[in-house]
Amino acid sequence: MDHHLLHELEHLLGHDGVLSRPEDLLLYEYDGSVEIARPQCVVFPAKTADVVRIVELSNRYKTPIVGRGAGTGLSGGALAREGGIVVSFARMNRILEIDIENHRAVVQPGVVNADLSLAVAHAGLHFAPDPSSQRACTIGGNVSENAGGPHTLAYGVTTNHVLGLEMVMPTGELVRIGGKAADAPGYDLCGLFVGSEGTLALVTEVTVRLTRLPEAVKTLLAVYDRVDDATETVVEITARGITPAACEMLDGWTLRAVEAWVHAGFPLDSAAVLLIEVDGLREAAEEHAAQIAEVCRLHGAREVRVACDEKERDLLWKGRKNAFGAVGRLSPTYYVQDGVIPRTKLPETLREIDRIGKENGFEIGNIFHAGDGNLHPIILFDARDSKQFQRAVSTAEEIIRFCIKMGGAITGEHGVGMEKDRLMPFLFSEADIALMKRVRDEFNPAGLLNPGKIFPTGKGCGEVRVRSQRNGAETDSTHEESSPA
Amino acid sequence: MPGLPPLTHEEAQREFAETLSGFTAGDKPEYADYSRCIHCGLCLNACPTYRLWHNEADSPRGRIRQMALVDQGRLELNEAFVTHIDRCLDCRACETACPSGVEYGKLVELARAQIAKNFKRPRTSRWIRNFVYRRLLTDPRHIARIARAMRFYQRSGLEAIVRGTRILRLIGMSKRAELMPRIDREFFFSRLGKTFPAQGERRARVAFFAGCLAQVTFTQLNDATIRVLQANGCEVVVPADQFCCGALAAHAGERDVARELARKNMKAFSAEAFDAIVTNAAGCGSTLKEYAQLFATGREENESTDDAERAAEFSRGVRDVTEFLSDLGLSARMREMKLRVTYQDSCHLLHGQKIREAPRKLIRAIPGVELVEMPLAEQCCGSAGVYNVTETATSMELLKEKMRNAKSTGAPIIVTANPGCMLQLRAGAKLHATGQDVLHVVELLDRALTNA
Ligand SMILES: Cc1cc2nc3c(=O)[nH]c(=O)nc-3n(C[C@H](O)[C@H](O)[C@H](O)COP(=O)(O)OP(=O)(O)OC[C@H]3O[C@@H](n4cnc5c(N)ncnc54)[C@H](O)[C@@H]3O)c2cc1C
Ligand code: SF4
Ligand code: SF4
Repeated sequence: MDHHLLHELEHLLGHDGVLSRPEDLLLYEYDGSVEIARPQCVVFPAKTADVVRIVELSNRYKTPIVGRGAGTGLSGGALAREGGIVVSFARMNRILEIDIENHRAVVQPGVVNADLSLAVAHAGLHFAPDPSSQRACTIGGNVSENAGGPHTLAYGVTTNHVLGLEMVMPTGELVRIGGKAADAPGYDLCGLFVGSEGTLALVTEVTVRLTRLPEAVKTLLAVYDRVDDATETVVEITARGITPAACEMLDGWTLRAVEAWVHAGFPLDSAAVLLIEVDGLREAAEEHAAQIAEVCRLHGAREVRVACDEKERDLLWKGRKNAFGAVGRLSPTYYVQDGVIPRTKLPETLREIDRIGKENGFEIGNIFHAGDGNLHPIILFDARDSKQFQRAVSTAEEIIRFCIKMGGAITGEHGVGMEKDRLMPFLFSEADIALMKRVRDEFNPAGLLNPGKIFPTGKGCGEVRVRSQRNGAETDSTHEESSPA
Repeated sequence: MPGLPPLTHEEAQREFAETLSGFTAGDKPEYADYSRCIHCGLCLNACPTYRLWHNEADSPRGRIRQMALVDQGRLELNEAFVTHIDRCLDCRACETACPSGVEYGKLVELARAQIAKNFKRPRTSRWIRNFVYRRLLTDPRHIARIARAMRFYQRSGLEAIVRGTRILRLIGMSKRAELMPRIDREFFFSRLGKTFPAQGERRARVAFFAGCLAQVTFTQLNDATIRVLQANGCEVVVPADQFCCGALAAHAGERDVARELARKNMKAFSAEAFDAIVTNAAGCGSTLKEYAQLFATGREENESTDDAERAAEFSRGVRDVTEFLSDLGLSARMREMKLRVTYQDSCHLLHGQKIREAPRKLIRAIPGVELVEMPLAEQCCGSAGVYNVTETATSMELLKEKMRNAKSTGAPIIVTANPGCMLQLRAGAKLHATGQDVLHVVELLDRALTNA
């Protein structure tokens, strides 16, 4: 990296605000995904003005620039695919304003999701988007990935809770869109920027909506001997017009992995459990819980348990929210997919996933936000068998292609990043992608902000770049795969 | 895209044997342990040093990665590595946060063992470490001798004179001086070898683990612990030949010293059968419960595996006093005390031993006592063994936040479960003028007893 640039960055941010020694950079080559890419420097702005200057410098030195929150992303979004500057927002973590009366908060992007909810809990409020990573991930990261969570079903995803943004555009100007008002005049640009995976602008301030904590919450655990019964329950609940706050499914294999760690009381011999939550006014919640319990039993639940207190409820959720990690205890070699399907297609899709798994000789665990039809199949493979690994890749793709066939999508909430860019053509036509690129080029004309993400890179579609996750060992390899159908 | 399959344990061993690992054989972070980290980052916001500086290098995920990189020969075991590992509080909050079951405490102790073996620290630092870990802590007579000298300094008026001058501030020691424990008038050593009868019907027979420095600075606490155990129907034996538990040595990477101390303690406590070996120091308890780990690695050729098995057997009997009393159930009569208290989780109780409820249950069991939770009670106060002496500035920053949170409860008493934390919190109450008193859980119980 140009040492003049480095010098200017250090001048701006102080020695403490810039990392450029190789041993430090090695620790910014990863995030929560399996991807790896190393930046040439990492900077820690303390305020918006710093970010403006950093972007100006990146332009002047024609150096790529990538935003980073907590680095919990699952698609390599925060990695410097083409090198350059990583801008860590972790130190811009102040809650600037809490407006209890109007249910608004203004925060810097580095505020941790759970910290915001904690800060307003005393007033009976919370920030509704609740990704399973909420105790670590940042609001800036949530905005960029349009993060969702188990309670997305009732409360919506991040975009439904973002009212205004202050952003530094890749060209260096500082802009504000939206605001505290629920429906700001002019174009609704927030919707465009939320979920843009850090490719359109760097977010320096976020105005969010706070949501009242429900008066009552009922959490049910329904236990099934057949996966089909569980999925059919989900379909029926929605058919009856009940909207639970959350509806999550863990299949038998996964819940056994989770139970070994959390001891949440998931029955080990069951084929699947549904974790369903209803909330709202006390009477309504109780009424809905009763209706849901009835539907569960009707569809063959062998047991329906209602959490009797806060502690039991927390335990059940702890089991769900730590599920990926719990699988990691069995083997660090697994691959989480993130597909979406219309929820009426759930039973069919799960049967197909099971079939695809069997055909390829894999055990596939399933965790998902069943209410939204957002699937996270987990493919476990044997690390010692490289053929099997290749098969795991094609199996994952087969599943995703089936999701698309069912009218779904390639990612529910983890983003495209550098992980799924090559899958985009499965979902979108050339014209669709060209339109998106035009949007990107409009805001990010020089392509310096977070390059190499979302859109398929120049490489042929059948060619896949695979990186090792051997705790950082650098082995790039390129291997051939059957071209997409 | 998924990555290439990670290596199996055997493959990793082979591959890394070919590259030049920055670690040497023996006590070292092993692939099987560090590869458990799936770099999800869920531990970041739980880590006190990450919360302060927001640098990956000072986060659990970053520290684990650095260990992996050194082991794989991609990073040198140099000053930068040592700095980041030194700065870790070993508070193990990351373990509680980790969904993937990474045993961070074990990893960092092994990394420190490598540093102790392979990194040349400045001469004074080497001398001090050698003195403290190899001589002072291993020998109760040394502890007593030094304690007597310090007691003289504190009580003769000399300390008052020194403090009256500005010497301490000039040499940057004024904060450290606050942390200095008050040496007891009477040492606990004289209780070694004694048996204290149960009051009323005997419900259990326990061995009391008294600690090392605690015997010259926390005699009151130790006495209170014995009284509370007695009052609750326990016969308390204080085995004579017990030594320092080895926690400080193990945390500093001096594992051979820790092993030696462990052997001595295993011997001292194995003469008779007890219902439990009880300690009031969460830091000691956590190490006593993990003795087997000390013998699982770095065993020398001629050593047998017996030690590991004996250690596991020993550890099964160890209980923190709060855990023990909470399981046993309080039977002593307690008077009502109209008190508001707040509880600070001791890291090695909460994160090391995963005990959250027991101390709270005991506090609530005292009639009239109201427990007000402070925000972030589960965060380290900065004491962390000798951390407040070796990394004073960081420790003081953490302490400042801790005192702010403790004060916000409006409770006049902060209760905790480890002598080290008590010293730190007392210093904090003084430095930040919160006017709060600091007590161990058993001291609070003891107060409820005495005037019953
Ligand atoms: C165990 C685990 C569970 C998870 N569960 C969920 C879940 O339930 N739902 C879900 O949606 N996600 C989930 N995720 C994914 C991830 O946590 C979310 O995508 C989260 O929003 C990322 O936040 P972050 O702060 O870590 O962002 P990072 O990973 O650091 O960055 C993510 C993206 O945001 C960009 N970015 C970050 N800050 C800014 C900024 N200020 N300005 C511009 N761009 C920025 C980055 O460039 C990158 O493209 C999970 C991850 C893990 C490891
Ligand atoms: S032990 Fe404490 S200080 Fe060390 S990495 Fe873990 S959380 Fe951070
Ligand atoms: S939470 Fe555990 S697995 Fe995740 S990064 Fe931290 S140590 Fe690694």
